[in-house]
Amino acid sequence: MKNKSRFLAAPYAVWMLIFTIVPLGIVAFYAFTDAGGSFTLENITSIGSYFPIFLRSIWYSIAAALICLLIGYPVAYYIAQCKPTTQRFLYMLIMLPMCMSFLLRTLAWVALLDDTGIINSLVTHFGLKPLPLTRNPFAVISGMVYNYLPYMIMPLYTVLMKLDRRLIEASQDLGCRPSQTFFRVILPLSVPGIVSGVTMVFVPAVSTFYISQKLGSTSTIMIGDIIESQYKTAYNPNLGAALSLVLMALIFICVGIMNRFTSSDEEEGMMTL
Amino acid sequence: MSKELIRLTDLTMKFDTETVLDGINLYINDSEFLTLLGPSGCGKTTTLRIIGGFLTPTSGDVFFDGKRINDVPAYKRQINTVFQRYALFPHLDVYDNIAFGLRIAKLPEAEVDRRVTEMLEVVSLKGFENRSVDALSGGQQQRVAIARALVNQPKVLLLDEPLGALDLRLRKDMQNELKRIQQATGITFIYVTHDQEEALTMSDTIVVMDKGRIQQIGRPEDIYNEPKNAFVADFIGESNILDGVMNDDYLVTFFGRQFQCVDKGFAKNEPVDVVIRPEDIDIVPASEGHLTGTVTSITFKGVHYDIIVDFKGFKWLIQNTDFEPVGAKIGIRLNPEDIHVMHKSEYSGMFGDYSSYSAEYDEIAEGGEDEE
Amino acid sequence: MKKFNKIFTILVFVFLYVPMIVLIVASFNAGKDLAVFNGFTLRNYREFFSDSRLLTLLGNSLVIAVLSSLCATMLGTVAAVGIHNMRGRLRSAIMSVTNIPLTNPEIVTGVSLALLFAFVGTLLRIKSILGFWTLLIAHITFNMPYVILSVMPKLKQMDPNIREAALDLGCTPAQAFFKVVLHEIMPGIISGAIMAFTMSLDDFIISYFVSGGSYTTLPVEIYSYTKKQIDPKVYALFTIMFAAILILMVTMNLLQMRDAKSRRTAVKRRAES
Repeated sequence: MKNKSRFLAAPYAVWMLIFTIVPLGIVAFYAFTDAGGSFTLENITSIGSYFPIFLRSIWYSIAAALICLLIGYPVAYYIAQCKPTTQRFLYMLIMLPMCMSFLLRTLAWVALLDDTGIINSLVTHFGLKPLPLTRNPFAVISGMVYNYLPYMIMPLYTVLMKLDRRLIEASQDLGCRPSQTFFRVILPLSVPGIVSGVTMVFVPAVSTFYISQKLGSTSTIMIGDIIESQYKTAYNPNLGAALSLVLMALIFICVGIMNRFTSSDEEEGMMTL
Repeated sequence: MSKELIRLTDLTMKFDTETVLDGINLYINDSEFLTLLGPSGCGKTTTLRIIGGFLTPTSGDVFFDGKRINDVPAYKRQINTVFQRYALFPHLDVYDNIAFGLRIAKLPEAEVDRRVTEMLEVVSLKGFENRSVDALSGGQQQRVAIARALVNQPKVLLLDEPLGALDLRLRKDMQNELKRIQQATGITFIYVTHDQEEALTMSDTIVVMDKGRIQQIGRPEDIYNEPKNAFVADFIGESNILDGVMNDDYLVTFFGRQFQCVDKGFAKNEPVDVVIRPEDIDIVPASEGHLTGTVTSITFKGVHYDIIVDFKGFKWLIQNTDFEPVGAKIGIRLNPEDIHVMHKSEYSGMFGDYSSYSAEYDEIAEGGEDEE
Repeated sequence: MKKFNKIFTILVFVFLYVPMIVLIVASFNAGKDLAVFNGFTLRNYREFFSDSRLLTLLGNSLVIAVLSSLCATMLGTVAAVGIHNMRGRLRSAIMSVTNIPLTNPEIVTGVSLALLFAFVGTLLRIKSILGFWTLLIAHITFNMPYVILSVMPKLKQMDPNIREAALDLGCTPAQAFFKVVLHEIMPGIISGAIMAFTMSLDDFIISYFVSGGSYTTLPVEIYSYTKKQIDPKVYALFTIMFAAILILMVTMNLLQMRDAKSRRTAVKRRAES
């Protein structure tokens, strides 16, 4: 009986094969062929010239992830210690931005930072010179933080909420000062939350193309922008595929390294609604 | 008693490479209260699940009323189960839980109502019809689980450690309750437990299992008084098990002394295991004893003392109502009917020595256990 | 420390919400300047509701979101039951495949599907294959893993005896699923469906690569809008979406609260009896 019901996964397996595995195979195929379809390594070798852009993407997203972690941890910790009703309310306030279109949220951030945006309008009202808030790395990273902060807070909160209060009491009982309790008990136990939070910020940040377009300049172009332009304007899908392949490999390596910090169960998804 | 209802022949069950059941042969009579007793991992739950239709045996056959039912799925068998943690449907109230099987069988609603109401009375849950099952205590949930199974008037009721989650007091009450229900309905009960006392209290027949094999089948008294091997002797009650030699019918030697006994039919000078129950031993002054030893520890147990006595380096457990100080030299007397002789088995030498006796022995033995 | 955390948390919520509130206020602003409120108006809303193109695209988005989340929920739930009954290598293989769309950057998923569709298009000699069907397939593909990840834990938590109890009482395997198992895993299915719906409604990056001139969704259009000077009717759209999500979340919260309350009283009643 039980043996038969596993065939229920067959349609799904076939679907995922056709629409996930095969497409990735095609990406690999394009990456190693030219426009005519014959084998070449040119796409892969030409990636070398995009190395600085890769580096910049990684650097921006690591910065964004770390800032999110520093901002998100105290918030998650605070929420986890509130009364259940308050917790639910604050959790909702964290969830809400995640459900909003990220285009529009970025737009809201742009409206704040733009040269004619709300901050600079206020500044000029007071007769000061407009601040250079946009079209620089700071703006891009801040945009990422603004967009992806909830993705950091949510897994942290989930872990901290489930933390057994008795462990904290036990550590106090054994003579830990509050700071020791934090660094020796709470922080190590929240590593799974940190890892999934950093992953959930890092992955979309490193591949973004919209945030850098809206808030950056030509000197803050990210790898996502390059890939997008290969498909939408430059019409060089082979180079785009090669870049995608490298980006994907890069992310799987990063995620793999981060997951080594936890022995997380692959099925305990980090998404809980 | 009455006619045979279920027969298991050469039942073998393998999970991957592990053999869980190894050639089980058993028949179960109609209206019998049969208990499968054994430690965790002995295969008792697996046997139950095969009878219930939740597992297909690797080899061997299951007969029900003379017909082979290996390939009959669970929902077509006239057998119902009371599950270990009750498995009540949380989205249904008490009434709907009990009515579930009848409604699946598409009985007219009037009939469903009549039988559910009747059953609520049997398990003393009248007035609880519309309670959510989550709002019931453990004992009440237990009653719902029994009612839900019994209302279908099955030929056989399978019970998988149904009292395991209840506290001691409630467990005793439910034991009587179950026995009463079984006698009133005349339904065959197949009961799985690791609690020997529960098995002795309720069963008509006990099947002692270990390592996927049946060790002994018999009435409770027979199992207790005439265990077949060291495992059974140790698992059911407390036993001192000694190496001995059967000199002749009714004559056995152990500890260098010959004793009269009531056993016969062994080969001449066959090495045997000798079982002496702690409560059968009489303490006498050292000078009058068959054997003399030194008291090494004594623990108050309520109705009696557990006394550990050292006989030439071998420690016995003796249960006695009189206090004996540690260090005292005592003697013991054994009557022929206190001595039970068994053939040697793979379990010889593994049980029955109280050298590492600890006062908590029975708490440890009763500790939580979960099979599979 | 606690006080600091509280102030910090409030500041973070200000950081998250001020930009959005600015846009909401702007949607009612008669003037164009974000920093100056020139009087209340509903003009932006009138313009939005008379923009038939935006409304059509909103309709498209809803159609895709409803269809894709329904399909993903059904296929995903069935698949989750199947995977739940699998063991060993096959199971971990299929779970790894499930993780691919979750870990892969959306841009790579989008690009790979676009290449697949282009490939199929050339095979079938269809000039513009991108449209309704490609969008639907892409959305189902990235939604299914979310459904699976929210249904699987429920299956794991479920007492396996519950299903067996149903079989024991005469249910066929199919009856046991619909009468018992389905009830048990319903919370997981619902949260998976809601997650799939919002993900689909919000999705821009993947849709951007797999939609074509014939059929596209609102976020893709918003993207092209925001490339130019922002039209204030987009603010109106933002406010409407914000309100819709807020209402949805508050409703869900109230439902959850009522659920928790009834469970509490049940436990209390048990203690009394």
